[in-house]
Amino acid sequence: MGLVTTKTTADVIKEITRNHLENDNGLLLGQCVSAVGWIGGTVPDCKNIVEIPMTDIAGPAFAVGAALKGRRPIFVVRYQGFMWYNASSLVNYAAKSKQIWDQPCPIFIRSIAMEGFGVGHTASSSIHSIFMHSPGMIVAAPMTPNEYQEVWDWFITHDDPIYVSEHRRSFALTEETPNEVDENADITLLAISAARLNAQDACEILKAEGIKCNLIHQVWLKPFIIADELEQSLKATKLGLVIDSDYQMNGASESFSYTLMHKYNMPIHALGIEDRVCGVSKEGENITPSAEKIAEKVRILLSQRK
Amino acid sequence: MRTPTLGHLPGLVDEFGKDFALELFRRGNYSRNFDYQVKKEADKKRINIPIYLTIGSEFNSAALSMVLPGVNIFGQHRCHGLYLSFGANPEALRDELLGLSTGCSGGMSGSNAIQGKEINMYGHSGLMGEQIPIAVGAAMASGETSLAICGDASVEEDYIYPSLGWAATKEFPVIFICEDNDLSILTKVEVRRSWSPVDVAKSMGMYAVDITDDPWLIAYHAKKINESGKPGFINIRTCRVLWHAGTGNDGLPEWDRYSLILAELKKLGFDKELIDIDQENKSKVEKLWA
Repeated sequence: MGLVTTKTTADVIKEITRNHLENDNGLLLGQCVSAVGWIGGTVPDCKNIVEIPMTDIAGPAFAVGAALKGRRPIFVVRYQGFMWYNASSLVNYAAKSKQIWDQPCPIFIRSIAMEGFGVGHTASSSIHSIFMHSPGMIVAAPMTPNEYQEVWDWFITHDDPIYVSEHRRSFALTEETPNEVDENADITLLAISAARLNAQDACEILKAEGIKCNLIHQVWLKPFIIADELEQSLKATKLGLVIDSDYQMNGASESFSYTLMHKYNMPIHALGIEDRVCGVSKEGENITPSAEKIAEKVRILLSQRK
Repeated sequence: MRTPTLGHLPGLVDEFGKDFALELFRRGNYSRNFDYQVKKEADKKRINIPIYLTIGSEFNSAALSMVLPGVNIFGQHRCHGLYLSFGANPEALRDELLGLSTGCSGGMSGSNAIQGKEINMYGHSGLMGEQIPIAVGAAMASGETSLAICGDASVEEDYIYPSLGWAATKEFPVIFICEDNDLSILTKVEVRRSWSPVDVAKSMGMYAVDITDDPWLIAYHAKKINESGKPGFINIRTCRVLWHAGTGNDGLPEWDRYSLILAELKKLGFDKELIDIDQENKSKVEKLWA
């Protein structure tokens, strides 16, 4: 068990936001911020909150303008699926501005994923991988309170835009999740976003079966930072699986698998959301691989190795 | 509606005075000479990137620069005149067009995405119309006035109307300009839409006018909007003399604003001054590109 605090991740987001808006002349821009639930309780009722009109095309460009004028805006998009039309100015202006014009455009992009509950094909899932494709964009997926603080601290001390792939399941977390590394483990799991929670459960399921898994939690997606523990673990287990809450095909899980496989010359596999549309019904859902699905994948990989 | 006298107001030349007229001419004429030199350089293949020349609309920028000092500038791809009239460094623009690292965008933008940090002119990413919400966001965040310029094609982009609407609702200080040359590359407005952006802006409660490219008229309305501290919209009917990109032309423009300006200035008694300024600017430009 990791360090447990009394603060949830949502509490930390709220504290960070309040300090930025009240003490640092920051801005928070979003749609319907104050109307319903203050975005999962992550936004304080304070000054410098800007309710923008219902425009997912111009909205992010408002944030770009604010960033160019030095306000370091937090730009909130309630559903990651809406990033398909919010993306244009974020990837094409904010991310490129420093490289084209030596003009920093730092925006903290809170892109919030949820899944299940019948939210369906557009509001469901994470799509951080498409932002990893954009030159100049930093991408992170913090889940715990300390990780969120770390990502914020990075943002505030650098001048790049950052795509923060949040997951609603992180908001209630109070526990830190240290990497679990045992040199006698059978496989290394590298997990991203909400897949980390399911991977933890999968490790427990497999442990009961006598299968030992090392679990590494990946916060920084771009640049992809390979932790020492990940390297040690892979060298020990010689088999890896990258698990993600985004689509597997051409996504972060396959990209990281490719990178790690070439770097360490060993089989590294990927498991993410399937290449099909998420339905509303339970049977039609297409969400983060469940603990059972992860466990089954591990069993298959180990059996193939034998 | 497209006429060289649309929205004409009598007496503006006298109202703005002789000093204004000469300085206006100096700025517009410099841009004109600069871009004709760029055309020459491109024609002899010294410039080998897409170029978007201002010729025909250079006095729009000159007029705006005369009455809007210190604003934050958000233009689009046809911005050499804007850059030069507001006083950014011509050498850096030359170097940018030549693809040099000493260019105004470090050789990263070429003709269509130029910036001028010394005049608070921000670069354009290439997504048509995107500069308009960016300009609105900048005005919202800073309280400073934004000059937001698009064309008659990009004014149709999805970026535009939420931006106009939000600026109108919150009264952000943004001067919206649509340089309307009636062409989206070569497709005329009448093929693309039946509505007028001026009507839309008015419907949002904004001061909005549809005028010709008479620089005194432009200056009058831009000054009026700026002094109000509120947003306003000016549709400027203007003529693109050369191609959308490149140096060719498809015949004479609908009207020759440059000749009309010369005639107006001669009425003020300027003859020698016009020749002197033109020669001085030509000489500066030739020296710059030598």
